Amino acid sequence: MIASAALVIFSRNPVHSVLWLILAFFNAAGLMVLVGAEFIAMLLVIVYVGAVAVLFLFVVMMLDIDFAELRAGFMNNLPLGLLLAIILICELVLGLGAMRAGSVQLGTDIANATPTTVPNIEAMGQLLYSKYLFLFEAAGLILVVSMVGAIVLTNRRRGGTRPQRISDQVKRRPEDATRNESPEVGKGVSL
Amino acid sequence: MIGIEHYIVVSSILFVMGVLGIFLNRKNVIIILMAIELILLAVNLNLVAFSAFLGDLTGQVFAMFVLTVAAGEAAIGLAILVIYFRGRGTIAVDDVNRMKG
Repeated sequence: MIASAALVIFSRNPVHSVLWLILAFFNAAGLMVLVGAEFIAMLLVIVYVGAVAVLFLFVVMMLDIDFAELRAGFMNNLPLGLLLAIILICELVLGLGAMRAGSVQLGTDIANATPTTVPNIEAMGQLLYSKYLFLFEAAGLILVVSMVGAIVLTNRRRGGTRPQRISDQVKRRPEDATRNESPEVGKGVSL
Repeated sequence: MIGIEHYIVVSSILFVMGVLGIFLNRKNVIIILMAIELILLAVNLNLVAFSAFLGDLTGQVFAMFVLTVAAGEAAIGLAILVIYFRGRGTIAVDDVNRMKG
């Protein structure tokens, strides 16, 4: 998983990068299954691999970009980035060492602990639809807003197309569309 | 026995990978978005691991919300990317100065 995450940021071709990202998501889902969170794992597979990764793949393939040009400044940022990464990982590992030394105690709230007899999905559903109902609805609102935003952003009116305007068709009356004429012989009809 | 420490180590390494990806690929917006996804994945892994080891399901509920926000963010970001590419023909971050910020 670490290797695939590394390849996400280091691979030359963005399509390969997306594929490594999918592998990283699958590995994370496997880790979550191991720890007993089946619902989140399946959600990860469906949402990320099924939707987000495919979205990335579409965009990467749709935009015809010269990626070699974008890689030009790669080495310039390498020292700073590596320095920052090393500092960050040192901090995190030091925090972990402190926790292992016992200075940070992980407290468990017994009152909130859910019984293990209920399946994961059922327990999560009970929690989600009772205690976090408003938060759940807010999540739905976020999804709607993002969907509408994406559609509005990428939808463009093209000139030159001749769409069917149904309201105009329904509004049309026989008096507007036809007329009675009695043309004289040999004069023809004015259109 | 795999303890919570292993999960924390993996997710912290993943988080650092995401930050490193943002710093290394400063020109490519798509890779930056993927790195953000990696960071959010690390956060999710942390939430789920703590929730499972503490026996409290709240962490998993919040992981779901993080997932929701991540999906929406990816969709909006890619939409902005598409319209930007349509207008400019490039997605290099260095050239993003249209708003003169």
